[in-house]
Amino acid sequence: MKTEEFIHLLAADADAVPVHADYRRFAITLMSGTAGAFLLMLLFLGIRPDLMTAAAQPLFWVKVGFVVSLLAASLFAVLRLARPGAVVTTLPVALALPVLVMWLIAGTMLGNAEPDQRLALFLGATWATCPFLIALLSIPAFIGAFWAMRGLAPTRPRAAGFGAGLLAGSVAALVYCLHCPEMQPPFIGYWYLAGMLIPAAFGCILGGRILRW
Amino acid sequence: MQRIGQQEGLRAKEARLKQLFLGALAGDQQVYQEFLRELSAHLRAFLRKRLISLPDEVEDLVQEALLAVHNHRHTYDPNQPVSAWVQAIAKYKLVDLLRRRGGHERLTDSLDDYDDLLVVEDAEAGQARRDLHKLMDDLPDQQRLPIIHTKLEGLSVREAAQLTGMSESAVKVGVHRGLKALAAMIRGQK
Repeated sequence: MKTEEFIHLLAADADAVPVHADYRRFAITLMSGTAGAFLLMLLFLGIRPDLMTAAAQPLFWVKVGFVVSLLAASLFAVLRLARPGAVVTTLPVALALPVLVMWLIAGTMLGNAEPDQRLALFLGATWATCPFLIALLSIPAFIGAFWAMRGLAPTRPRAAGFGAGLLAGSVAALVYCLHCPEMQPPFIGYWYLAGMLIPAAFGCILGGRILRW
Repeated sequence: MQRIGQQEGLRAKEARLKQLFLGALAGDQQVYQEFLRELSAHLRAFLRKRLISLPDEVEDLVQEALLAVHNHRHTYDPNQPVSAWVQAIAKYKLVDLLRRRGGHERLTDSLDDYDDLLVVEDAEAGQARRDLHKLMDDLPDQQRLPIIHTKLEGLSVREAAQLTGMSESAVKVGVHRGLKALAAMIRGQK
């Protein structure tokens, strides 16, 4: 077929296109992913009984602040990665910043703690299960984020998959805060991050396969 | 001075393409056709420059890039330059082709300069090797017939609906899905 003929064919399919398809898709991802994670959390884990007391402590909000800022950074990242030609050079910094701030807080805390307390601050009581529970809760948002990405146009499929996975992981971590008894920054800065990186790593691998177009 | 003059020329071109594209996104077929025609000239020269040892692939890749632009036009953000958006798509398709060719040819430039696409133009269409007509034969009827009747034979959606016994919305959906499926078939063929 001649290119001119092909152009005619494409132009004839020029229905008006709705704007901000990306915002809509990721809004749906966030809503359904949060609802899904919340449901899984209620079914398998339950809300921590002392949530109200915990929420009165600043450290609880340090934890929530860390997760929310990673959520915001990964949302910023996927919106950029889903659109051809968007500037992506700032993304590594945006994603690393919340982590570095959390590590600074955690490092200061460990430095000030008694040496024999340090391991307890780092391991808490639930280090062995925390990352996997976050990964489990991320499944609904992970499916949603990949659905959103597949309807858009990521020109860096692996990075887009990583971002989608990290977004799902941070949605899951936020919901997990309602269950999790841990509050210490050294724990959060490592094990929460590990939990969020599981879907991100998986997304990176999967992105190279299924986000091509 | 010459540099400044060129910059202004590029800015004017970008502004013109953007205006056309925004009109197209609002549903204006005439404007969309004009946009695609101008775009194809830029794409052709841009790709020809980078496929020196694969000249036969150029026109196929132009068509593939046009189809990609069409199928993903909902991802364009009016706040970004059209040239940046289109060039990222063209680059993606180009790298995809070169990777499949496995080292046949390597990209010699970084492709980071988004003005590149607008600098060059080539309205002289080459011969496409891939026959899209033939590919379309493999589409299911509910996609193939709407495309053939409305696009190639120039019937209206209503006429095509009457002819095929499909509803008007089914005809529209068929065209839309058919073009997506066509992109997938081109990809699968490689």
